[in-house]
Amino acid sequence: MTQLILFNVFNGLVVGAFYALMALGLSLILNLSGVINFAHGGFLAIGAYLAFTLMPYIGFWGGLLVAPVLTAVIGLAVERVLIRRLYGRDPLYSLLLTFGLAYIFEDGTRIIWGAQSLPYQIPGWLTRPLSSQLFFLTGYRVFMVVLVAVAVVGLFVILSRTRLGMRIRAGTLDLETVSVLGVNVRLLRNLNFGLGIYLAGLAGVLAAGLLGLQPTIGASLIMPSFVAIIVGGLGSLPGTLLGGLLIGVASGLATVFMPSASEAVIYVMMALVLLVRPRGLLGEEGRVQ
Amino acid sequence: MSDARKWGASALIWLLLLAMPWWLPLVGGYQELGTRVLVMALAAMSLNFLLGFTGVLSFGHAAYFGLGAYGVGMVLKFLVPSTLVGILAGVAVGTVAAAIIGAMIVRLRGVYFAMVTIAFGQVFYFIAFRWNSVTGGDDGMTGWKRQPIDLGFAQLDIGNDRIFFYLVLALFAAAVGIMALLLRSPFGRTLLAIRENERRARYLGIPVERHIWLSFVISCAFVSLAGTLYALLNNFTDPRALRWDLSGNFVIMAVLGGMRSFWGPLIGAAIFVALQDYVSSQTSNWMSIIGLFFVLVVLFFPRGVLGVFRRKAGS
Repeated sequence: MTQLILFNVFNGLVVGAFYALMALGLSLILNLSGVINFAHGGFLAIGAYLAFTLMPYIGFWGGLLVAPVLTAVIGLAVERVLIRRLYGRDPLYSLLLTFGLAYIFEDGTRIIWGAQSLPYQIPGWLTRPLSSQLFFLTGYRVFMVVLVAVAVVGLFVILSRTRLGMRIRAGTLDLETVSVLGVNVRLLRNLNFGLGIYLAGLAGVLAAGLLGLQPTIGASLIMPSFVAIIVGGLGSLPGTLLGGLLIGVASGLATVFMPSASEAVIYVMMALVLLVRPRGLLGEEGRVQ
Repeated sequence: MSDARKWGASALIWLLLLAMPWWLPLVGGYQELGTRVLVMALAAMSLNFLLGFTGVLSFGHAAYFGLGAYGVGMVLKFLVPSTLVGILAGVAVGTVAAAIIGAMIVRLRGVYFAMVTIAFGQVFYFIAFRWNSVTGGDDGMTGWKRQPIDLGFAQLDIGNDRIFFYLVLALFAAAVGIMALLLRSPFGRTLLAIRENERRARYLGIPVERHIWLSFVISCAFVSLAGTLYALLNNFTDPRALRWDLSGNFVIMAVLGGMRSFWGPLIGAAIFVALQDYVSSQTSNWMSIIGLFFVLVVLFFPRGVLGVFRRKAGS
């Protein structure tokens, strides 16, 4: 029993790391630009499939490095051509636009790579369990959690130490002032969007190794990411991280006791948080309204 | 628009709806498509009560649509073979769920409100998906169909497609009529005031949260009515009736027709349903085309058909 619980908690942590990675990207874009990027799951799928296509040429590690960057480049282009036009308009429009993009991405991956699910080869030494007692602790899962941790630390270092990151944080609080101070806000939003999409692409490559490739891979991960943001607190990136991990572990635990509720439990958590603390666990006062 | 023209336009719309079974085949449609347009129009107009006339963006209305659909299906399958009881139960389930969820989220605004409605929309999807023994899971709920309605003096055989169309039209008329009356009432005017300037409305002493909550519940009640009719139309329902993509479709219908006009969503629904029907019969890649349609509407047609029409008439 203990092992079963441990197994599912760890599993939940792995899944939660995914949610957090997705949700951090969503949160970055939402906080600075007020855009709910419904196409985030589509970008995740693109990252995964790009890595798959590149693998014969540059291998697993090359794909892990290159595919998220390529995804981010696509993100920069999409922001520049489409999403930029909608800043300052009713958020309804950017939501509808990214919603349409989500359709196009999902169908596009189906057209290019086919509807059937494809296997994604990871290096052999990563697939072995680390110990015979804890059979579920395969190298790849541990590797994923470590990599997500590295990415998250990297993100927070960028945000707190670099000029770009400081401008992003400042812009989140008061974009107008940042603009008046001479920062190119258009470029800032563009780069910020790219950064968010990079995280989606990275999540995609990692997800491919764990779940295999399907055109719907992104659609199944995006809803929990929304929940992660709401639970963690709107406007707070550490909150988003916490929210992602929490709902991951919660749904992992639910798998032990009531498997059919493993999805519903995260929404129950969201309802509880909204009841007790509408701004989310680490949300800032006043951001909600 | 002058009053006379407004009345004229309304009269024309009702006339077209009443005569639909006769003119629809002439333009290449079929009866079921006409009923589907009407059901989707009811859903989009109900959403627009909240979106266009209260100024609150909900992106999760499919949840209540689907609750209505499952409500009527379950009553007909497991409880009593009465269509009317089924409809009432479906609406009741959707409305109660909306009342509870609405109370949790009325304090949120804008993008955040939208995001929470999206997330809540998925709860019922997963329940319907997972609760296999009752809902049939992913395959949907079959083994029931709409039953003739006993009026006492006569029996209404709604198994017939055309008679069912008129039942839907009658309920559509009642729902739309109630919404129009509400919008003309002081309550409706207050909603408009909140849409235009929430802060000023609050300073005038209007309980903004309570009004938004009421508007949300009313909107969801009529959406769940549309959901019951949709399930009855197909004699079937599946988890897709409460998934997020349907919520998005309702919003695009409202935007496409014109959010700021009462009849706009009807026109949007007609265009969208006809397009979806045509495209999905032509190609298996209909998703790309519908997605592209979303993008194009947002970029080039954000005011919708009636919005553009009005601006031209006004200038």
